[in-house]
Amino acid sequence: MYAFDYHRPASLAEAAQLLAGNPEAKLLAGGQTYIPTLKQRLAKPAAVIDLGRIAELRGIREEAGGLTIGATTRHAEVAGSPLVERVIPALAALAEGIGDPQVRNCGTLGGSIANNDPAADYPAAVVGLGATVRTSKGRSIAGDDFFTGMFETALEPDEIVTAVHFPKPEKAAYAKFPNPASRYAIVGVFLAKTAGGVRVAVTGAAPCVFRATALEQALAQSWSAAAIDGVTIDASNLNSDIHAQADYRAHLIKVMAKRALAAAG
Amino acid sequence: MVEKGIGARVPRKEDLRFITGRGRYTDDINQPGQAYAVFVRSPHAHARIKRIDKAPALAMPGVLAVLDGDDVKADGLGNLICGWLVKSKDGSPMKMGKHPLLAQEKVRYVGDRVAVVVAETPAQAKDAAESLVVEYEELEPVAELDRAHGAAALVHEEVANNLCYDWELGDKAAVEAAFAKAHHVTKMELVNNRLVPNAMEPRAAIGHWDPGQDAYTLWLTSQNPHVHRLVISAFIGIAPEHKLRVVAPDVGGGFGSKIFIYGEECVVLWASKKIGGRPVKWVAERSESFLTDAHGRDHVTTAELALDQEGNFLALRVNTKANLGAYMSTFSSCIPTYLYATLLAGQYKTPAIYCDVQAYYTNTVPVDAYRGAGRPEASFLIETLVDQAAIEMGMDPAEIRRKNFIPKTAFPYQTPVALVYDTGDYEACLDEALKLVDYAGFPARRAESERRGKLRGIGISCYIEACGIAPSAVVGSLGAGVGLWESAKVRFTHTGKVQVLTGTHTHGQGHETTFSQLVAEKLGVPYEDVEVIHGDTEKTPVGMGTYGSRSLAVGGEAIVKACDKIIAKGKKIAAHLLEASEADIEFKDGKFTVAGTDKSKTIGEVVFAAYVPHNYPAGLEPGMEEGAFFDPPNFTFPAGTYVCEVEVDPQTGKVDIVKFVAVDDFGNVVNPMIVEGQVHGGLVQGIGQALLEGVRYDESGQLLTGSYMDYCMPRADDVPSFEVVTSRGTACTSNSLGVKGCGEAGAIGAPAAVINAIRNAIGVRVEMPATPERVWRAIQSSPLAKAAE
Ligand SMILES: Cc1cc2nc3c(=O)[nH]c(=O)nc-3n(C[C@H](O)[C@H](O)[C@H](O)COP(=O)(O)OP(=O)(O)OC[C@H]3O[C@@H](n4cnc5c(N)ncnc54)[C@H](O)[C@@H]3O)c2cc1C
Repeated sequence: MYAFDYHRPASLAEAAQLLAGNPEAKLLAGGQTYIPTLKQRLAKPAAVIDLGRIAELRGIREEAGGLTIGATTRHAEVAGSPLVERVIPALAALAEGIGDPQVRNCGTLGGSIANNDPAADYPAAVVGLGATVRTSKGRSIAGDDFFTGMFETALEPDEIVTAVHFPKPEKAAYAKFPNPASRYAIVGVFLAKTAGGVRVAVTGAAPCVFRATALEQALAQSWSAAAIDGVTIDASNLNSDIHAQADYRAHLIKVMAKRALAAAG
Repeated sequence: MVEKGIGARVPRKEDLRFITGRGRYTDDINQPGQAYAVFVRSPHAHARIKRIDKAPALAMPGVLAVLDGDDVKADGLGNLICGWLVKSKDGSPMKMGKHPLLAQEKVRYVGDRVAVVVAETPAQAKDAAESLVVEYEELEPVAELDRAHGAAALVHEEVANNLCYDWELGDKAAVEAAFAKAHHVTKMELVNNRLVPNAMEPRAAIGHWDPGQDAYTLWLTSQNPHVHRLVISAFIGIAPEHKLRVVAPDVGGGFGSKIFIYGEECVVLWASKKIGGRPVKWVAERSESFLTDAHGRDHVTTAELALDQEGNFLALRVNTKANLGAYMSTFSSCIPTYLYATLLAGQYKTPAIYCDVQAYYTNTVPVDAYRGAGRPEASFLIETLVDQAAIEMGMDPAEIRRKNFIPKTAFPYQTPVALVYDTGDYEACLDEALKLVDYAGFPARRAESERRGKLRGIGISCYIEACGIAPSAVVGSLGAGVGLWESAKVRFTHTGKVQVLTGTHTHGQGHETTFSQLVAEKLGVPYEDVEVIHGDTEKTPVGMGTYGSRSLAVGGEAIVKACDKIIAKGKKIAAHLLEASEADIEFKDGKFTVAGTDKSKTIGEVVFAAYVPHNYPAGLEPGMEEGAFFDPPNFTFPAGTYVCEVEVDPQTGKVDIVKFVAVDDFGNVVNPMIVEGQVHGGLVQGIGQALLEGVRYDESGQLLTGSYMDYCMPRADDVPSFEVVTSRGTACTSNSLGVKGCGEAGAIGAPAAVINAIRNAIGVRVEMPATPERVWRAIQSSPLAKAAE
């Protein structure tokens, strides 16, 4: 780790001010990605702004029939929340499948989506449920527009995720095929029947989470495994690495889509 | 019988401190005035060092020294060694590339030590290490084993074709003749995947030169502190042996990787003197462990088995290419030779065996012993080959094995590959394992799995291994540079307490418990009154350390011999005190008794008399402390049968192990609980090799699996609850305890059981690690699995 100044603001306004005033500053949430990055000396921030003590960024509440989850809410809190379990059980199940207990007790929703790891789980829920990302600049960014590329988001450098609003779907489920080593997704499919139609979000398979439109169209016509069987997944834009080749990932997208379908009912 | 003696399930003494965080590991030790070392490592797999500019690093705050290969050379320090000389077929010695403490002229793998920076704090050392200027001229790397021969690049200029040696064992002509008349030949190409040892505790060291005494102390993570002392003094030349103390405190796992004498530990000792005698500490980061701890396995093999019409094995022919990495490590030469090919008879009476091995340098981390060391490679080869033969011959895999077993009446048994097995009863283990797994009920279980859309398979592995490598004269004739005996000292105190000083060491196996049980049993003293001391060359007698499951079979026997001397001396004292003749004194359960009378003295009374010799035999030395060395007459030969049952998800290729039975013949067992724990750990590592673990380098020689995000270690949910039986023992005849050693068996026997089970499930063999993707691809090509869909 290189030396840096450490700040632990008590309010969002203070955090935003610190961040705006220092282009070399970085935010710290659960630290599950950022602390290893610092320890390996892959980042050299002038200052680190710890969001951990900002009460207004944390918590889960019901809003407009859906859920609004604060940016620093831990994965374990989402996984264990009776409210989430009642309103969007697929989201609780997704959070329960992230990493291991240590990671779930530290890692946060905001950190996960701001980082936008291509193999992270939450991006699939944000896109799959048509959620909205709220920020310190008063913006509400549609899930579809938030994830712009590998480790890239629509956030401006001095913008903080404050919360994510998830509308309640009719039906939804997430199925993940984990990387045996990291337990991130080799392929994760979030499938939902929403007021705005069927949504299928795929994570892990490509450089960034994406909507599988062919699956969406097929499932919109017939909410059935047979509909999934009939779709051909184009492997040409999928990742090939030491853990899985693109054609295997393409195959897994359909397998996971069917498993999610079965779980969603 | 003694409470907590041999055979008792005594909970481990050492666990209280380990699980309450009170273990004392090298990194827990801090010396006054200590400075910190950070190594600058090569980012390239193969490059020429054009220039090193130390000035910017030396100018950084807190920097005490920057040392590189030129300094090593200037101080006349020796190179790292390989302690076993293997000769090629033509009689020429193996070609040992120079392995300096810090790279000279060239770097040969990513992570190779280029320089060391010593500074006041770890952060300052790190900062300075980053500012060291090293200019490289990149060279073509030799990244892959199968391209090493004839590669344009040479890892060591003086070693043609990167070939270190081309070695052979066995009767080639007899094997050719047997193949010529065979009814059937089963042939197989197989890869034994390269592994990272992954000890929980990374390597660490503190070196200290004391200018007042001109003496050196090295605290480090070592399985064999005396071997470290020997090599550092005799070959590296940093300190004379009598002026060097090596201390290995608690050691958090090693699996072989902490046997070896690496450069870093030597460098911190030398650096302490270079900075005037301040202690210098280095603790590896996990990334350094991946990059520099000697890796294991890494073979590519062609194996052929000749059979007659009835399925009797006629001959075995094996060619193996072994990857040595960039340099020879301390024992790397003997792993793919004397610890591998000598085991190729397995449990079978195959009359003719021939094996030749080509060992190559590549621009990768050095490869050396890792849990099992050569024996897992041999066992995996035999047991997958025999399974394949059963399939090709239309025989039951259990029956083809049974038919070819060395019968229990044939011991001692001379194999065609040098070893003489002393005892064994292979059929008993097989029978027990098949019964426990309910072999007969498998078809019903398979049908039930099929109803759930899963492919179920069962796989057998009948492994053998050789532990307690010995005797010294024989290993010496085969090229070993050391003796392979072990030592012990048993010391009573005035108050009847016992200190056991052993030349071996522990890195988690529970020696403090096992050896205490042994001594409690032999001397009839309470188990709680025995203290085991190890890991410090200043305290313990010279010993060879812990590896090859030797600590009990060799080191334990040395303790027994020291106890025998205690008892013999005690009899003299008791005879005097009891006014009887020495010949009439019997010793049992801690009491010296005049035969046929109730006149007796406890061992405590006898010991007291030895230390307060007011009424004492004339001419007898006072005191009660005895030492012994033991050089066993032979290896020991643990063996057993493992049966694994898997369920494969044909949609994803994911393999779940649903049942695992291990029946082992370890001879007599001192602490069944510890032995079962050793088996559990070994099985998990074997399953890790079979399903999850595997080192990958890219074409430029960069390590792709350099962290736990990419290198998959087995976790609790990857393995089932094991059924382990260790009571099938045939007592070993090479030590009085009848013990064989159990530390490596699990890792040796498990991989073939898993791979055979997968093949049984999906109809094709999958290379290790059988990742979901590999299994899925195999299923796509399997007629059997297609039919099941
Ligand atoms: C061993 C391990 C296993 C894991 N497995 C999984 C898995 O299976 N699935 C999965 O999805 N994830 C997994 N993760 C990731 C983990 O769950 C976290 O979500 C992730 O590390 C980031 O969240 P964090 O709160 O720790 O963020 P941090 O590490 O603190 O920050 C990450 C990045 O986000 C930025 N950031 C943080 N909060 C905000 C905010 N509110 N607004 C703007 N920017 C912000 C930071 O500046 C930083 O750049 C794993 C991590 C580890 C270490």
